[in-house]
Amino acid sequence: MSETGIGQRVKRKEDHRFITGKGRYTDDINLPGQTYGYFLRSPHAHATIKSIDTSAAKKMPGVAGIFTGEDIANDKLGGLICGWMIHSKDGSPMKAGPHPVLAQGKVRYVGDHVAFVVAATKEQAKAAAAAVDVSYAVLPHNVDAAMAMTAKAQVHDVAPDNRVFNWSLGDQAATDAAFKAAAHVTKIDLVNNRLIPNAMEPRAAIGSYDSGSDHFTLYTTSQNPHVARLVISAFHGLAPEHKLRVIAPDVGGGFGSKIFIYAEEVACVWASKKIGGRPIKWTAERSESFLADAHGRDHVTHAELATDATGKITGLRVNTKAAMGGYLSTFASCVPTYLYGTLMSGQYAIPNIYVEVDAVYTNTAPVDAYRGAGRPEATYVVERIVETAARELKMDPGEFRRKNFIKSFPHQTPVIMCYDAGDYAAALDKALQIADYKGFPGRKAESAKRGKLRGVGFSAYIEACGIAPSAAVGSLGAGVGLWESAEVRVNPVGTVEVLTGSHSHGQGHETTFAQLVSDRLGIDIDNVAIVHGDTDKVQFGMGTYGSRSGAVGMTAISKALDKIEAKAKRVAAAVMEASTNDVEFKNGTFTVKGTDKKMAFGEVALAAYVAHKFNSAEIEPGLKESAFHDPSNFVFPAGVHICEVEIDADTGVTEVASYTAVDDFGNIINPMIVEGQVHGGIVQGIGQALTEGCVYDKESGQLLTGSYMDYCMPRADNVPSFKLGFICTPCPSNPLGMKGCGEAGAIASPAAVMNAVTDALGVRDVPMPATPQVVWQVMQPMKKAAE
Amino acid sequence: MPAISMKVNGQVVTGEVEARTLLVDFLRSNLGLTGTHVGCDTSQCGACVVHVDGRAVKSCTALAIACDGASVTTIEGLARNGTLHPMQEAFREHHGLQCGFCTPGMIMSAIDTVNRRGKTLDEATIRHELEGNICRCTGYQNIVAAVQAGAAKM
Repeated sequence: MSETGIGQRVKRKEDHRFITGKGRYTDDINLPGQTYGYFLRSPHAHATIKSIDTSAAKKMPGVAGIFTGEDIANDKLGGLICGWMIHSKDGSPMKAGPHPVLAQGKVRYVGDHVAFVVAATKEQAKAAAAAVDVSYAVLPHNVDAAMAMTAKAQVHDVAPDNRVFNWSLGDQAATDAAFKAAAHVTKIDLVNNRLIPNAMEPRAAIGSYDSGSDHFTLYTTSQNPHVARLVISAFHGLAPEHKLRVIAPDVGGGFGSKIFIYAEEVACVWASKKIGGRPIKWTAERSESFLADAHGRDHVTHAELATDATGKITGLRVNTKAAMGGYLSTFASCVPTYLYGTLMSGQYAIPNIYVEVDAVYTNTAPVDAYRGAGRPEATYVVERIVETAARELKMDPGEFRRKNFIKSFPHQTPVIMCYDAGDYAAALDKALQIADYKGFPGRKAESAKRGKLRGVGFSAYIEACGIAPSAAVGSLGAGVGLWESAEVRVNPVGTVEVLTGSHSHGQGHETTFAQLVSDRLGIDIDNVAIVHGDTDKVQFGMGTYGSRSGAVGMTAISKALDKIEAKAKRVAAAVMEASTNDVEFKNGTFTVKGTDKKMAFGEVALAAYVAHKFNSAEIEPGLKESAFHDPSNFVFPAGVHICEVEIDADTGVTEVASYTAVDDFGNIINPMIVEGQVHGGIVQGIGQALTEGCVYDKESGQLLTGSYMDYCMPRADNVPSFKLGFICTPCPSNPLGMKGCGEAGAIASPAAVMNAVTDALGVRDVPMPATPQVVWQVMQPMKKAAE
Repeated sequence: MPAISMKVNGQVVTGEVEARTLLVDFLRSNLGLTGTHVGCDTSQCGACVVHVDGRAVKSCTALAIACDGASVTTIEGLARNGTLHPMQEAFREHHGLQCGFCTPGMIMSAIDTVNRRGKTLDEATIRHELEGNICRCTGYQNIVAAVQAGAAKM
């Protein structure tokens, strides 16, 4: 195996530009004649717009244009879409209200887009926005998912009770019967706190229009530029795809929040034509990211778990209210449904599961996929209730899980998914060993001596990623297929460019994808370039989210490489005057069986382009192949995480004392990069559990956590170093045997941390985030009782 | 508009700025040094950290005009004659970055930490010193490893 091949800790090829300040993010790009856009946003959670007077603002210095919902309507620019149709259990389609690019008649959350002001400088645009006179009539509002269906506020006319859909999955009658027969029933009420994604690079866009060629260009902070082009073309109707180029250059983190097609990006590219083609740049201030990026989570759930007399789980019932915010964002509807209910079996053989979800409009920023998307919420329900059941049954939480683990594969759950491979007991054993679980009582006693309460919590998560088989998601309501494409271009000198529809915004594709090519073609990794993020360069793509770039994106590359090898063999055979069947390819060299004839990969590449040595009526010149890969199943990463916390009994300060993660990602291309993904995911989950919580004021509807002063991002001194381990059951549904690793940490860790916190305190539940104030309040009645 | 002059990465630069122009905007817009990033509007995230007269400063919180006559070092000025600064090299070596957006500020803060606290840094010290730099990707573990290794080589 070469030093840069599959499985090696190859240092990242992309790092040089980032560590020398030469990364090229959207806001780093400036186009000639560029103007600046600024969005005037709603100060109200819910209001009708009585009038907008832009006359004074239009006279302000530098103003190039001011646009409102009326201009959008006059231009018949289509609204923002939700691309996944969910049907309620009564068969009715989800109730999607209008979602115009700029508000028309009504605003539905604080931060909603009211007017778009374009001026020569950012400061001039801001000043002019302040001069736009908007008259509102304030309406009753509601920011609470639990209250939405009975609230006075009616967010959209199409949904009188604010209910977008009432969806269910599983066999209700069979599950109810299982509960009737149960020896024990565990019940729990959980809130999955609303989060604000906070990729470190704020969203940004530059839209421009060239009247000479009637062609638009959009630079944008996107995880999936081709999907952005498709949506802007097909649904907004701005321009057909061949007249719109979307470029997502270096993107500073996404975590889901940069999947979606937002109003700002569409407005920039649309309005550029309105001002005569001058480019318009908009870069979000962080406060705008808080207000108007799609948020994550925000579930209120009641769950019940049935067990028999031996401690076997016999049924699970889940009822969830999921906030959608003021509008349905691009993929919002699939998150609390097919990315959530389908994972309710966890790692367990549960014969009966029934899940019911009410998705509701609230007067808040839209909620959509955020790292893990539905699967962290599912894991939180399953792993919190399983841990609670173990406590009630006085069983060790690890052994209760082991008793109920799925042990043979494939395993069909009662909630759609068919798990293909796994070894959950092996992950548990390894985690118990790395975490020194046996030594926990000793550590707990030692903590107690220092006035600290120590607790331990497990999370045996599973996720379905490698999103996704097109036919399967189509049958469930997806408006798109979720394949991936790749093109491998071998240059005449033997260097290789791979054009991929995946998009890297921190994942290290320029390295891992090149490792695959280097490994397969036996060429130096420095001779491989990965090209992504530009619809004019890359043939097509569905982008990066749902931990899909390895299992789906790399498989597309692998298929293209198969074709490259087959074609190169034909060329080599012709040049070496041999039969193609006798040509072998290994370590970058083509040989002819039974002879000493050989050609290096680069020689064959050159021969393919020179085309003198073969009959070009039989073999086309050139060496360039493309492939589309549509996966046959989801992939199912799984693992066991064990967290220990120490809580200061006086202050309520909770510290993660140790954290062990054992994951099964199947085959791993680059362990260094995979470990980095796990670290980052765990910290996002610890953030959800202990520090992060989006808060809207119920009275005013204002976002209270609107900056880093109020929304507590985990810092370096909030978290420890983690102990990682891996097991490997290769994924059978792709040739590389890969699962996905991008979301696992964030999926597993909130439950592990909160199980540890509740264990330390000896209580059933503590709401997330378990800040010192929250924990201190939980401890007060306990202290009084002890006195 | 007032004219200012400062030394940036060893080169004398001049420019006209509004009195309200921030140092980060002067670096990014006037000088085209886009390695210094803006990640927030409350001086919390640290993506904009540069060195002014040898000390780490959040350039989103300094007025350009206040740096008239100062010597400023940005991420672009760390490598010398094509050789990376040991802290840059350490971030690459230890996978201390993913999306790269917080990285310039992290590296500038880390070098400042070494300048103030010495080359032998324990984990707790590094974590405390990086409190003013937010990273959403790495979970900090590899950043801590990178700073520790980079410090030792400075």
